[in-house]
Amino acid sequence: MTADFLLGLADDALVTAQRLGWWVSRAPELEEDVALANIGLDQLGQARGLYAVVTDLEGLGRTEDDLAYLRDAPDFRNVLLVERPQTDFAVCVVRMLLLAAWQSEVYAVLAAREGPARGVAAKAVKEVAYHLDHAAQWVLRLGDGTELSHERTQAALDAEWPYLPELLEPAPAAPVDPASLRDAVLGRVRPVLHEATLVVPELPADPPTGGRAGRHTEHLAALLAEMQQVARAHPGATW
Amino acid sequence: MEPATERSATVEPRDPMPDGYRRTLVRQIAQHAHSEIIGMQPEGEWIARAPSLRRKAILMAKVQDEAGHGLYLYAAAETLGTPREELLDALHTGRQKYSSIFNYPTLTWADVGAIGWLVDGAAIVNQVPLCRCSYGPYARAMVRICKEESFHQRQGFEILHTLSHGTPAQRAMAQDAVDRFWWPSLMMFGPPDADSPNTAQSMAWGIKRFTNDELRQRFVDIAVPQAAALGLTLPDPELRWNEERGHWDFGTPDFAELAEVVAGRGPCNAERLAHRVRAHEDGAWVREAAAAYAAKRAARTSTQEPAA
Ligand SMILES: [Fe+2]
Ligand SMILES: [Fe+2]
Repeated sequence: MTADFLLGLADDALVTAQRLGWWVSRAPELEEDVALANIGLDQLGQARGLYAVVTDLEGLGRTEDDLAYLRDAPDFRNVLLVERPQTDFAVCVVRMLLLAAWQSEVYAVLAAREGPARGVAAKAVKEVAYHLDHAAQWVLRLGDGTELSHERTQAALDAEWPYLPELLEPAPAAPVDPASLRDAVLGRVRPVLHEATLVVPELPADPPTGGRAGRHTEHLAALLAEMQQVARAHPGATW
Repeated sequence: MEPATERSATVEPRDPMPDGYRRTLVRQIAQHAHSEIIGMQPEGEWIARAPSLRRKAILMAKVQDEAGHGLYLYAAAETLGTPREELLDALHTGRQKYSSIFNYPTLTWADVGAIGWLVDGAAIVNQVPLCRCSYGPYARAMVRICKEESFHQRQGFEILHTLSHGTPAQRAMAQDAVDRFWWPSLMMFGPPDADSPNTAQSMAWGIKRFTNDELRQRFVDIAVPQAAALGLTLPDPELRWNEERGHWDFGTPDFAELAEVVAGRGPCNAERLAHRVRAHEDGAWVREAAAAYAAKRAARTSTQEPAA
């Protein structure tokens, strides 16, 4: 159960890094190219740290690259939130706000107790605090900026918000039960959205879900096809 | 202005300087800054496809460094009174150039290695002397940049070394990348000295310390033994050690091709510029929002707090 749970966290981080990589050379200003690359690198580092823990726990001799490059979409355990396209800057920062709020809580719990992921989590806590702050700053600027930016950010929030409940689904046997983080996560997100003059949508009664069980949107297979293509074209090669 | 060789201290932003010196510096620093940010594209496309997580992290950090180099250099140009916005506009409208090398396509993963080894390698040869150039802010930016470029060069070398000692397909990929990037890398040093009329003035001003041909020779002398260490060949049948000169003799790059690429007719000129312009235009609403938000906040604080 611990390995499964950590694999989910790692896949969230890897898929996020993959989506953020797209922004490098496409950001609204040069400072943001640097910032998004930085955040992508942090997420990639967390994924690698967690894959190392997972492969250790499994004891099957798999490597981080086996996990990243040789699994197909149904074997990935990331939430749907992170795998969907993200080529709109408002979507990018709203999604980052939701994810970083959640990661902050999860990593804080893992860092506070004995366990195989403690070291990775302790480092990640500091990193995602920066991601959360960066996202919050942008949500404020965009939400309370121009009329156009307000509209685009509200639309992004309306699109991303239904994917939040999947992050908070109960998993009583997991090292951290995500359901227990619900108030803390909402407590981090809601004040930012209010201050940004955005309307916080209702949480849907029947939200999209399935990522943790390997049931994904069609977007994940496409993302993986791109990510894995060179590695898979040369089986057994060293890079 | 005294000749550079007779001056010990650097020129600083508030010092008086000849108009021509200022103009030449702005053009050179801007072109350098533009090269850093356009240079993010050919390799940036491979972040998504990097074949291992370790390589992905290294490449992402490298492209991030290039964005940082752009920032340092635009800041150096701003000390001469030209805002970044103005320089970006000159890039986007084709009034200012960037290095011709980034108009060649990156076709395989090995190209990431070849760019690191050869293109960052050539950039280092070009830029190390600029760490002692006469304009202080530019010289200081170059010191920071050169440190990072040498990381990039080593990483590129390491990628190619791994490929050339890998499977036959990997080895072929590495050789093909070097075959395609060798001559364009030699062209990074610009036209031959005989066709470089501004060199003498730039050297007198201390914003250039060696001629194009001197730097090109230095690069070849460094690259030849490295190619041997990689087990890859350089695509020049005229390469030969010249005992008398103490340098490697090499063939003449196709400077007509260089002129074409510089004139905007290289393989990827249109794509690279369109990508940059699209990013800038797509981001306009974000920059406008940030400005509007900052203005609102400033207005709020000024109504809340009485003036001191
Ligand atoms: Fe650079
Ligand atoms: Fe570089």
